[in-house]
Amino acid sequence: MQLLPNLFRTEFRKIVAVLCKLFGLSNMQVAEDIVSDTFLLAAETWGMKGVPDNPTAWLYTVAKNKTRDYLRRHTLFTNKISGDIKYSSDASEEMQLDLSPENITDSQLQMIFAICHPSIPATAQIGLALRILCGLGIDEIADAFLSNKQTINKRLFRAKEKLREQQIEMVLPAEEELPTRIDNVVTTLYLLFNEGYYSASQNTSLRKDLCLEAMRLTYLLIENPRTNSPALNALLSLFCFHASRFDARQNEAGEIILYEEQDKSKWDDELIFRGEYFLNKAATGNTISKYHLEAAIAYWHTLKQPNPEKWENILQLYNQLLQIEYSPIIALNRTYALAKANGFKAAIKEAEKLDLKESHLYHTLLGELYKDIDHNKSLNHLQLALKKAKTDTDKSLIQKKISQL
Amino acid sequence: MTQFMMIFRSTPLANVQLSPEQIQASIQTWTEWIGNLAAQGNFVSTNRIGFEGKTVKPNNIITEGPYAEVKEVVGGYMLVKANSLDEAVELAQGCPILKIGGHVEVRNIMALN
Repeated sequence: MQLLPNLFRTEFRKIVAVLCKLFGLSNMQVAEDIVSDTFLLAAETWGMKGVPDNPTAWLYTVAKNKTRDYLRRHTLFTNKISGDIKYSSDASEEMQLDLSPENITDSQLQMIFAICHPSIPATAQIGLALRILCGLGIDEIADAFLSNKQTINKRLFRAKEKLREQQIEMVLPAEEELPTRIDNVVTTLYLLFNEGYYSASQNTSLRKDLCLEAMRLTYLLIENPRTNSPALNALLSLFCFHASRFDARQNEAGEIILYEEQDKSKWDDELIFRGEYFLNKAATGNTISKYHLEAAIAYWHTLKQPNPEKWENILQLYNQLLQIEYSPIIALNRTYALAKANGFKAAIKEAEKLDLKESHLYHTLLGELYKDIDHNKSLNHLQLALKKAKTDTDKSLIQKKISQL
Repeated sequence: MTQFMMIFRSTPLANVQLSPEQIQASIQTWTEWIGNLAAQGNFVSTNRIGFEGKTVKPNNIITEGPYAEVKEVVGGYMLVKANSLDEAVELAQGCPILKIGGHVEVRNIMALN
């Protein structure tokens, strides 16, 4: 039965967000427990009596009842939070959990800002986002991080402690704070997508889910006029362009197919089209974020026909990107663009100035650049790359290059 | 690594109008050179300086233009990170201004405290 897991993925996060709004973030575990109990009851009841006509409504009703029962049983708790939720312990009998679409959306938006709070460490943010914003199971999160359930549980526990310590509230940030807080959210969404796109996990459908979740959350923020921003549109554009190559970048054995060798007919035109749409939407305001530049680079990579301006444009964009943010990967990608735009010899000269001799990617690049210029040097670099590579995927890619030499 | 400032100076050529293609080519050589430095992790920040300006002197004397008395003007600057002045000088060797008769002054940055 695929229905219940699907409902869990879409409804768990909604009810948890609304409950956290009601109970306060320090009681996140209570909210999670109530929703988990609700799904447990669904599994038992539906198995025996069959699936109700409106499964979502059934879940909401049960969640409401369980919430009311919980409040009734925990009078102490109710007294403590009654000030916050403005219900006396008597009135909690009539308390209604507001699961209207508006309140669900509002609560989820607020939850995004709470989890992406700058005082929460980045890895904890990603873990919490996967659990609370995306409704992933602990085992799925462990799989995505190539870790085990115990470690993930500990990490989530510490992250929730942090939310409590920092007394983070579920509210949209004030107007003057909003731009920097959106920057924080954008960074987390970017990491979330990359976790899926570049994860070493073998679980391809899970990795795809992570990317789609990052896209869904980004779109949620774009849809709200208060939180919409050019950088978010650039980010979603970047995601769409990357996601358009999902089916082309891996073979049936789960091995990565390099961009140059991909079957272009497998690129998703619909996603490319949407990427262009959001890139146009991003072209307002007067700041060019790194996401604008990355989206523009990704745009040039979606062109299926050879274009004489392609690599020159990509090179210029990388030159700008490096001025905003240096990273070894950007430096290496920029050097490859330099080779494509100005010739391999010019690129070798610049590549050899880079202080990245410990990176397998550096030697893979030089192996590639020397390929038609100096066979021995090319082989030397690829062998060095093989020595420095850590994952099996990387090793097999390099091995393939050596055998093709 | 510590910071150094490169100051780009050149003598403006009178009555020279660059075509859009020439301007584009010039921008391209600059961004490519800056990209080279940034790829090596030496780049901090840069700015071009425009030709509009006034000079403020004591006794409320203000003269038009940044270059009333000097032939050379500062066209821009760049902050870089390097291990030594010599290394920063080495980085300046590829600067496009050297090809149009200008020069680069490389100076160390001193902390204020």
